[in-house]
Amino acid sequence: MPAEPTAATLSEAAVAVDAVPRRGWRLPRFPLVVIGLFVAVAVVAPLLGLPDPTAQALRDRFRPPAWQEAGSWTHPLGTDRLGRDLLSRIVWGARVSLAAGVLTVLAASAFGAAVGLTAGYYGGRVDAVLMRVTDATMSFPVILLALILAVTVGPSFANVVTAIAVILWARYARVIRGQVLTLMQLDFVAQARIAGAGPWRIITRHLLPNTLGTLLVLVTLQIGYVIIVEASLSFLGAGIPPPTPAWGSMIAEGRDFVTSAWWVSLFPGLAILLVVLAFNLLGDWLRDTFDPKLRQL
Amino acid sequence: MSGSPPSRPVIDVRDLRTHLVTRWGTVKAVDGVSFAVAEGETLGLVGESGSGKSMTCLSLLRLVPRPAARILGGQVWLDGEDLLAKSEAEMRKIRGRRIAMILQDPMSSLNPVFSIGMQMREAIGLYHGLRGRGLAARAAELLAAVRIPSPAERLRAFPHQLSGGMRQRVVGAMAIAAPPRLLIADEPTTSLDLTIQAQYLGLLEELQERHRLALVFVTHNLGIVARICDRVAVMYAGRIVEMGPVRRLFTRPAHPYSRALLESIPRLGARAARLTAIEGQPPDLARLPAGCAFAPRCASVMERCRVEAPPETVVEAGHVTRCWLEAPGAGATAAGPP
Amino acid sequence: MLRFVAARLLQSLVALAIISVVVFVLARATGDPLYLILPMSASQEDFDNARRYLGLDRPYLEQYLSFVGRAAIGDFGTSLRARRPVSELIRERLPNSLKLAVFAMGVSLAMAFPLGIMAAVHKGSGLDRLAQIVSVLGQSLPTFWVAILLVEFVAGRLQWLPAGGIEGFTSYILPGFTLGWFVVAGLMRLLRSGMLEVLDSEYVKLARVKGLGEGRVIWLHALKNALIPVITFAGIYFAILVTTAIVVETVFAWPGLGRLAYEGISSRDFPVIQAVVLTTAAIVAVVNLCVDCLYALIDPRIRYAR
Repeated sequence: MPAEPTAATLSEAAVAVDAVPRRGWRLPRFPLVVIGLFVAVAVVAPLLGLPDPTAQALRDRFRPPAWQEAGSWTHPLGTDRLGRDLLSRIVWGARVSLAAGVLTVLAASAFGAAVGLTAGYYGGRVDAVLMRVTDATMSFPVILLALILAVTVGPSFANVVTAIAVILWARYARVIRGQVLTLMQLDFVAQARIAGAGPWRIITRHLLPNTLGTLLVLVTLQIGYVIIVEASLSFLGAGIPPPTPAWGSMIAEGRDFVTSAWWVSLFPGLAILLVVLAFNLLGDWLRDTFDPKLRQL
Repeated sequence: MSGSPPSRPVIDVRDLRTHLVTRWGTVKAVDGVSFAVAEGETLGLVGESGSGKSMTCLSLLRLVPRPAARILGGQVWLDGEDLLAKSEAEMRKIRGRRIAMILQDPMSSLNPVFSIGMQMREAIGLYHGLRGRGLAARAAELLAAVRIPSPAERLRAFPHQLSGGMRQRVVGAMAIAAPPRLLIADEPTTSLDLTIQAQYLGLLEELQERHRLALVFVTHNLGIVARICDRVAVMYAGRIVEMGPVRRLFTRPAHPYSRALLESIPRLGARAARLTAIEGQPPDLARLPAGCAFAPRCASVMERCRVEAPPETVVEAGHVTRCWLEAPGAGATAAGPP
Repeated sequence: MLRFVAARLLQSLVALAIISVVVFVLARATGDPLYLILPMSASQEDFDNARRYLGLDRPYLEQYLSFVGRAAIGDFGTSLRARRPVSELIRERLPNSLKLAVFAMGVSLAMAFPLGIMAAVHKGSGLDRLAQIVSVLGQSLPTFWVAILLVEFVAGRLQWLPAGGIEGFTSYILPGFTLGWFVVAGLMRLLRSGMLEVLDSEYVKLARVKGLGEGRVIWLHALKNALIPVITFAGIYFAILVTTAIVVETVFAWPGLGRLAYEGISSRDFPVIQAVVLTTAAIVAVVNLCVDCLYALIDPRIRYAR
């Protein structure tokens, strides 16, 4: 701890403007730019005139990135084991990852919020039962479930989304239920009831809008998590099946050549890192703006 | 109990200044505050929220919230020693032992995860170096002194198991554990039920008498001031605008703000048509106008008030105010630092 | 207090029961394992015999009940692929996973606590900034990618640490670090924000007013209150460690439960799949139970709230 200034220096001291800057009052440019870029690129990918991500060109295998000696600008980030253009595969992989992230989170949050709202509103027996199911769901390992699905029904985009969403909703249910419980203590719910509002109306008109902030924060923070899980699954071979490019499987493919052809594993990893980082930062900013008390998220 | 000037005051504050740097600018939370309190005397510190009452108290203890707040100047003499010149280690020995403080909200001022006994023993052990059974006995004694029934059992309880009134008594017990020379009570009864309030005030008076404490009582309730204070200081926008014996201030307030405060109290039996409220809004402390801070709301405002801040003027022995209405002639100051 | 523990225990059992049903159904839904086990030339009669031998022809309910019955006493049946009792396989692999998880957790806690607390106490300082960067990065890095890079550079090029398998203490470091990285990030941020909130509270103010030393104020009064959400998340993270170890175990060739699961799933080995999922769920349940009890120990309000 810094020593307290003595009386002599106090009288002479000027006021230091060391105000603690508050986050949340400036838009977070970095995350928004990054997310915007990835989303834009993912959406218009077919129109970008990139080489076919699945086109193999064995003559061109393992070309290093453009700025290296053997590289060229026809393949700015190099090529992989089968001569496929890395940049193009990363762009197309963005479609997969972003779609997986958004769809999964939307599904999980919708269902989870519904459960949480119901449990919180009705309380009692309903709440107890729903929470037991929620707890049981939360303790089921996501990756295991996805693996099982992948092996039984066969790996596919739909399976990945389903496997993750089926377990992820529990988190939303818990958090929203907690919020609803707090909201129920407030007077406006009692007033709505006195005014004759039925459960549906109270839930949709009164409770839900108040939880939207929390939902938004949670959704943003979870997209990053889902993207990483999807990548892990693809890495293990249980995610998006080839030939669709997915960042996780790209890393897996480059795994044995990390020394010689480091770019094959490095760039997809960097892509994941950037996107997830952006979503996490955005989620943090949202949380600080809406309600710093939501720190538990 | 009133009127006679203190021999040597227990606490003598001179021109205390504490500034707060906020997002909206620099706030002069404590802007040249001076007062003194003698042994056995009670000074009331009155004002609206944001007038600087709590900041003044925290400044005495050098516990202003850093890094935003800084004590900028002045002197705080406690029994002849200037607290602002002491090191942090020395201050720590003074806190609790020679100056104690009771905070406002009993619900939140006790640590919820530790028992009452632990929190009390912590304080007592620190001040007296007691341990073991002696420590526990002393803790029970203190609880008994604040009229808590079955003190020995209460020691094992946790804060959430006690009512607000009881918690505040516990805080009071910890405050007199040393016992200190000065006790600062920051709105201790505001969160309590009315019936409990009266009991608590009685308790404070008793404790003060027994230990010859100097007591600074912060409140916005003039009724309480009338009841237990000997002298009262009225604060506005970080400055003391009037200070004097209680009876004096109630019968012949010198400052328009004090007058307005008194007038706004509804009286039984009075046949006033409406309640008078003080016009205008509390000041924006980051953007104080030049001149007297109360000028925008003052019923007797003059040209001068908007331009120059009034100095401290002596109205009578022991009664000072900051108002151009009382200042003799053309700005010649009579006493006290500007 | 005892009632609290008993109630939580019951809840855990119910959760386990639900999971066992789900796992049972899923495993059965994965398709007929016999196609993988029996050679291509097997006849229909061979299939029937095998089915009868493995008990796969009995009604589902009966299969489920016998499964639960035997699981309760630790008998998970025989691995279809390895022809060994599954409980044996688990007994071999589980300790490895647990050791790794405990190691990772220990390291993470040792790093997260001082960093998080100091970041809050010295808010705005360089340390705080660093802590925030570490925290955000830790939750954004894909574990397996970091693992691969680490294996390549630290184990491969620099040869400082072993690349895989279990050979003494050093082989714990890379996988442990990879696993625990995001735990450090999450816990540190929780501690930091929890401490920031607590340091602003009235009781901390009163503790200082009482004249208590700053060390005691921070590490006793403030920390104990800030611990509450941290403990909950520590439990969750431990559970995540145990369950997501699959990826790390794969990259680092760690002979643990994760690898066993992967192998079991690939070969449609019902008993193994069921056993692994149940064991994992049981571990998670136990950890949650401990967390809840710890929670009640720390916060007396919970204890008396029943």
